[in-house]
Amino acid sequence: MEDFVFLFRQPEMDRSKLSQTEMQAILNKWDNWFGGIAAQGKIKNMGLRLVSPGKVLKPGGIITEGPFVEIRERLNGFIMVKADSLEEAVTLAHGCPALEFNGSVEIRPVSMGEQLKGTLLSS
Amino acid sequence: MQENETLKQLFQKEFSKIVAVISKQFGLQHIEIAEDIVSETFLQALETWKNKGTPANPTAWIYKVAQRKTLYHFRRGKIFEQKIVPNLKSTQEKNDEISSLDFSPQNIKDSQLQMLFAVCNPTIAGEAQIGLALRILCGFSIDEIAEAFLSNEETIKKRLFRAKEKLRASKVKMELPPEKEIEQRLDNVLHIIYLLFTEGYYSKTQNEVLRKDFCLEAMRLCLQLTDYKKTNLPKTNALLALMCFHSSRFRARLASDDTYILYENQNQELWDPALIKQGTHFLLLSATGNDLSSYHVEARIASLHCQKEDSKKKWEKILHLYNQLLFLNYSPAVALNRTFALYKVYGAQAALAEAEKLKLDSNYYYFILMGELYKNIDHKNAKANFLKAYSLARTITDKQALQTKIDSLL
Repeated sequence: MEDFVFLFRQPEMDRSKLSQTEMQAILNKWDNWFGGIAAQGKIKNMGLRLVSPGKVLKPGGIITEGPFVEIRERLNGFIMVKADSLEEAVTLAHGCPALEFNGSVEIRPVSMGEQLKGTLLSS
Repeated sequence: MQENETLKQLFQKEFSKIVAVISKQFGLQHIEIAEDIVSETFLQALETWKNKGTPANPTAWIYKVAQRKTLYHFRRGKIFEQKIVPNLKSTQEKNDEISSLDFSPQNIKDSQLQMLFAVCNPTIAGEAQIGLALRILCGFSIDEIAEAFLSNEETIKKRLFRAKEKLRASKVKMELPPEKEIEQRLDNVLHIIYLLFTEGYYSKTQNEVLRKDFCLEAMRLCLQLTDYKKTNLPKTNALLALMCFHSSRFRARLASDDTYILYENQNQELWDPALIKQGTHFLLLSATGNDLSSYHVEARIASLHCQKEDSKKKWEKILHLYNQLLFLNYSPAVALNRTFALYKVYGAQAALAEAEKLKLDSNYYYFILMGELYKNIDHKNAKANFLKAYSLARTITDKQALQTKIDSLL
């Protein structure tokens, strides 16, 4: 079993236009999608939900504010899952609510654990 | 008979107190001596009271005799002077210890709390710890513990002996953990109480009285913790709330032939409103601070199960809470309950899609759930799943219940 990080990105959306029921429906979607992965015992870490507006620091001390004009999608959170392979991790990522809102899930293996294991074993 | 029953109750009530008081005064390494002294005291009570009648104040009689036996034991062979006195903290204490045991309500309470932390010490994890808790903290007899674990007295005795050896070897003391550690150590104590309760609530034994006693004792221990400021934390109250809500259904879940009645078929009139009220009271007390324990989530779920109406909104809340519980702590049972809640909100098809992913191929309850989900969609699949559950069922009662389900499909 390896660890993978799911990075959720989706276009900035104006939540003020949503009704409370619509808002709740979105929250339920995420909650149940996370719950589905957790029910398989595959959540490693619930990660963090990231809130807007934030700031971005660029070379030369340039600070921009969100929403980020250069990046169409903004990072809105991540979790860490356990899977046997990258393929399995991708399968787990299917059904992610971010996809319904024109967003994406980036699936990345976490290598630090393996590296650390290697260091510990070799010493 | 009547007399013996009362004496048994008195034993159960006083055993843990006396053992705790003696162990506090003379040291935890003498815990076995303390147990023997209490047993001898009650044996003497049985014989004396049979002839002379029960004294006006039985508890005081028991304390007096236990004290005499204790002092006799420790003075004999100079154990007291050589081994105990050098370890006592002050001269004041030295003088006190020699002449009496302190059975004041406050000292009993303090001793019991210290004993709770000693027995729930993480160094003796596992089944032995539950056994030791049932014995030392709750005063259950060896054969009662053996019955609960579907084991024999010899095995339990050995197990308890090993646990006590470990306590001795790791020099566990009768004292509250230091301020900095108390919260972390409390987690272990709460976990043991939770396991005690679960042992009673889902016990394999058919002895219903014993099962209920286990649950009541677990609640009593938890109540002890609410009596002390440093252990009266939100999660302590959450656990207590959880146990109250579950216990409220004791009467409703038991059929006349000693089998369990499933939640959905229970007569709600038999739910105990007083315990539900108590549960709500502790749930409110638990709702402070930032710490969300699994007991909080479980207590909320249990409180919703105590609401009689069966609405989609209620099941939405339950589903959300099961998701939360899985984020905190995965277990196959929670995963199955979560899938059932999903079925109640989004229907069988949606739940089936999620259930397929669970991969619990050797789990009896998994196949029952699958059978239930298929029941109104696909009889053939429902039957196949119930048959798989049947092959995994361990008791005749379970097999009979499944046979009824299978027959109803045809």
